[in-house]
Order: sequence, then C-alpha cells, then structure tokens
Amino acid sequence: MKELKVTPIKDGTVIDHITPGRALKVLHVLKIPESTVSVVSILMNVNGKKGKKDIVKIENRELDPKELDKIALIAPKATINIIRDYEVVKKHTVQLPEEVIGLTKCSNPTCITNTREPVESRFQVICKDPVRIRCYFCEREPEDIAAGIV
Amino acid sequence: MNFKHRDIISIKDFSKEEIEYILEYARHMVPYANAEKHTTLLKGQILATLFFEPSTRTRLSFESAMHRLGGSVIGFADPSGTSQKKGESLADTIRMADSYSDAIVLRHPQEGAARLAAEFSEVPILNAGDGAGQHPTQCLLDLFTILTEKKKIKGNNVVLLGDLKYGRTVHSLAYALSLFKANLTFVSPESLKMPKEVIHECKEFGVEPVSTSNLEKAIKEADVLYATRIQRERFPDAEEYNRVVGSYKVDNELLKLAKQDLIVMHPLPRVVEIDPEVDKTKHAVYFTQAFNGVPIRMALLSLIFGGKKL
Repeated sequence: MKELKVTPIKDGTVIDHITPGRALKVLHVLKIPESTVSVVSILMNVNGKKGKKDIVKIENRELDPKELDKIALIAPKATINIIRDYEVVKKHTVQLPEEVIGLTKCSNPTCITNTREPVESRFQVICKDPVRIRCYFCEREPEDIAAGIV
Repeated sequence: MNFKHRDIISIKDFSKEEIEYILEYARHMVPYANAEKHTTLLKGQILATLFFEPSTRTRLSFESAMHRLGGSVIGFADPSGTSQKKGESLADTIRMADSYSDAIVLRHPQEGAARLAAEFSEVPILNAGDGAGQHPTQCLLDLFTILTEKKKIKGNNVVLLGDLKYGRTVHSLAYALSLFKANLTFVSPESLKMPKEVIHECKEFGVEPVSTSNLEKAIKEADVLYATRIQRERFPDAEEYNRVVGSYKVDNELLKLAKQDLIVMHPLPRVVEIDPEVDKTKHAVYFTQAFNGVPIRMALLSLIFGGKKL
C-alpha cells in the first residue's frame, strides 16, 4: 500500500513546534504563498513528544530574524531549523522580544498609530505564554495578533 | 520622589506611593485653589492647552490652576481655527507648541495621542483625555474626592455605574481603586459592560469586582456611587446609543435604598443619569468633585515644574 509522506527537504527552513492549529497563521505572517515560489509543506496536529504540534517546511528559503520575531508572536514555542543539504545547520527557538516595534498594526481603529502620524506601531509583551501584547500608545490588547501583522 | 519634567499620560505610570504623594500635595493646594491664599510659584512659566475635542471642566480647571499658580496660558479650545484643519499632523503641532511653552496639556479624540505627543515634545505632556483612552488627571481628582469625603480609599464599596465600555474615566478609576484596595461593583447595561482587560487588571491587585445590571441591589451596600454619562460620541452607531441611553437614573427614590453617608460622584457633564433633585441632597458631591480638579492640577503643575511645596 502506498503511503503519502512529507519527505525531508534538501535546503530551506523547517519551523517545528508550532502551536497546534497555527500553521496557517504562520504562513500568513510570512506572506506565503504571495512572497515565495518555494515548495511549502504543512503538517497540522502532528503527535510530538510534548503533545500535538504543527510543522511548516519551506524549501530554498532561510528566514531572517525579523521574520522570526513575527512568528514568536503567534507560535512562541516554535523552533527554526535551517537545513542545508539535508542537514540541520542551525537550530534555534524563537524569542519574543520585550517590545515589538513596527511588526503589527494596532487593532484599535481609533489608535493614533492608525493615522498618518510619523510613528511606528509599538507593543509591549505583557505575557509570553499565552502571548499577550499591549499597544504602547493606546494601551489596548489586540485579541487576534496574527490579523494585525503587517 | 521626583516629578520634575515628567509626562502625565496614564495613571498606570504612577506607583501607589506617587499617587498618595500627589493627593497629599493637592490637599495643600486647596486654599490656593479657592483663592483664600495667593502664590506666584510658577510666574514666568507658560502652559499650552491644546484641545482638539470639546471640554469645559478639564480645560478651565487646568487654566485656572495655572493662573492661580501665577503662570500664564496659551492654546485653543477648538481646532477649527488651527493648522490641523489644513492637514498638519499632531506630531508637528506638538513640535510647534513645544517651542512656545513650558508644558503642554493635550486633549485629542484619538487614543494614544498623548503618548505620541510625548515622543515629539521636550516639555512635559499632560494628558487631558485621549479618545476613549486615559484621563489621568480626572482619575486623580476622583481619588482625591473619595479621600477627602470618606477619609480613606481602601475598603470603600464603590459602585461604578453607566457606560463602563466606552467611558474613559471608569477604566482608569477601576485600575486606581484596585491599587488602593477598594471593593468594586460594576453596574451597566449588558452592551456597555466593563472590558475584560480592565477586570483582569483589577484582579491582578487582588480585587474581585462584581458585575451586575441590578442597581437597586448594588446601591444598598455602596459607600460611593460613581455615575457616568452614556457618551453619544463614543458610539459607532446611533441605534446602539438610543437603545441604552437613560437605562439607569439616580434619583431621590433610588437614594432611599442607600446608606446615609453614600456619596454620589459624576465626572460631568451629566445628561439624564442624575436627576437635578439629587443636587440638594447631602449625597451629591459632583460639584465639589469638579472643583477638586483645580487643586489636583495645581499640584501636578507645581510638581512637573519642580516648584517647592507651598
């Protein structure tokens, strides 16, 4: 009997330990498929050692640090594996900074940052698990962080 | 404790000890606020009052406070005659006011406006209300009123009534009252309930607020009833406003259920929430509360200008 498997990738990035159910949001954050022509594999609700998780594999693309911060907002326990010639050459857990600047829009439509003032959005991370952020300017907490990511 | 050149943006920027210090400082300002005594403490200092939204009490009491301290005031009460109407950003307006004054009082319809202003200003910013956001000087004068009327804040049963969703004063006040360990009851129509993030903050201080729509029951144990206006300007649509306006009314009939020493507060302006017949009762302290805006703002202005205690 034939078995459909997601095979190891030769070069690229594997994002492991994504909070189950969040893989599609991770893709949204990374602007995939719009930003890439790479082959992308998604696994959802995979049984791992510490319970269920999602995994995303992106071929021929290595993520830069700014993109990693974005992922940390919605999948704080994710690990990033950089793959070259089938080997893991770099592995790190995403780190949520104390402050998130310019990455996500404030969900409050009447926040001053959503006008044409010359200022970047700025959020303070008030809880890392579950992730809660608060707008430095209007002090509101967005409910759907992924929706505000720019 | 150093307040010199400090921005006054949100009540959350202050520790409990700092708030107590400001309230004590304000107590010393009362005879100057009611013109029993006179001072020129801030002579030569200029306060800019930039009001992008209408205001009566906040603007007049800030201006009165500055004049009572011997300083002077520039500014506008209506942005229609300013460069904002020509498309100027708030950041640019602030840069300009910064160069004309020694401190800036700002009221603006957009939340976060005061925090943004502080990014572009060398002189201190005093937030006089940013949309449905923060209004720290109102919060301080409310605490000052409770403290002077009830001699303490801790342990009082405080009922916050009315528009708890959009009302900016009640969010800051719930936070501050929790910091001082008052007992809180929130009374509102279902559609105007206190946001859960505010309730969460209260719980972080160990206060467990009770939410109800039953005012008759809540008023029996109350020491302080803080009523608020249902604000038409904060509603996204008129239909929702019409559904809830006038859903609660404080009148003498209701007050028969209350303790003898209950105080009724309101940030004003009131529309229909408090019947004028209540004004003559010993419960009504909302006009004293409005006066208290002057000593509180005098205290803040003195502190941020580094003035000596009078």
